[in-house]
Amino acid sequence: MLLRYRGSEGMLAWAFHRISGIAVWLFILLHVLDIWLVGANPQLYDDVLQIYASPAGRVMESLLGAALLYHALNGLRIIIMDFWPVMTNYHKQLWYANWVLFAVIGLPILIQIMAPAFGFAAPFRFQ
Amino acid sequence: MGYNVTRSGRAKPQGGGWELVIWYLMRLTGLGLFVTALGHYIIVHFLFDPSEQTAKWITDERWGNIAWRTVDWLMLTFVVFHAFMGLRTVVQDYTTGGVRTLLTMGLYLGAIVLFAMGTIVVATLQFPTP
Repeated sequence: MLLRYRGSEGMLAWAFHRISGIAVWLFILLHVLDIWLVGANPQLYDDVLQIYASPAGRVMESLLGAALLYHALNGLRIIIMDFWPVMTNYHKQLWYANWVLFAVIGLPILIQIMAPAFGFAAPFRFQ
Repeated sequence: MGYNVTRSGRAKPQGGGWELVIWYLMRLTGLGLFVTALGHYIIVHFLFDPSEQTAKWITDERWGNIAWRTVDWLMLTFVVFHAFMGLRTVVQDYTTGGVRTLLTMGLYLGAIVLFAMGTIVVATLQFPTP
């Protein structure tokens, strides 16, 4: 089903939703297991977090954020079309709007996460 | 109806029953996760950095009060339902017969185990000693 190409925005929106959903599901499995360590083995948890904070970990972190943000925005698009069916006529425009929001929200987060991997201080400071 | 039908999401099940309830709950938990999961990601990856997030930081700061634990437990509830029911739709799309039954039961079992593990850790982790 994933490989039967039908083309255009609707099919790509669906395929990305499925791929990002499975990716986030895989991370949820990992994430409940690592949080389990906070109670069971705090020292091991701290070691795992150092892997997450490594440059490779930050790439994975960014990919997770991208999957999460795409899935969230496209999920909103699906809900809009489900409960306001006339919007289905604009499903392509809604998908383009998703990508605009994806870039606007995602870029600052990407820079914040990746800066330490290149030896820079994180640009936004909150504490 | 004159609509340009696209199937990004699962088609609304006709005829009611559990499948319709699940269809609505997928959308409801999706909206819940839009707030809780995106909020969670912003907090732990944008406002804070993984390099600061030791087990002690979680005990003292993130889960230092019952309100944040409640929010995170709600998020756990939403995400276990949404993620495993989503995977169930994937399984139903690609498998049939005994394989489908086996994988679906495996998903239900996995969901119960993960929900139990998450609930135990968020409910039983010691609060910081003042």
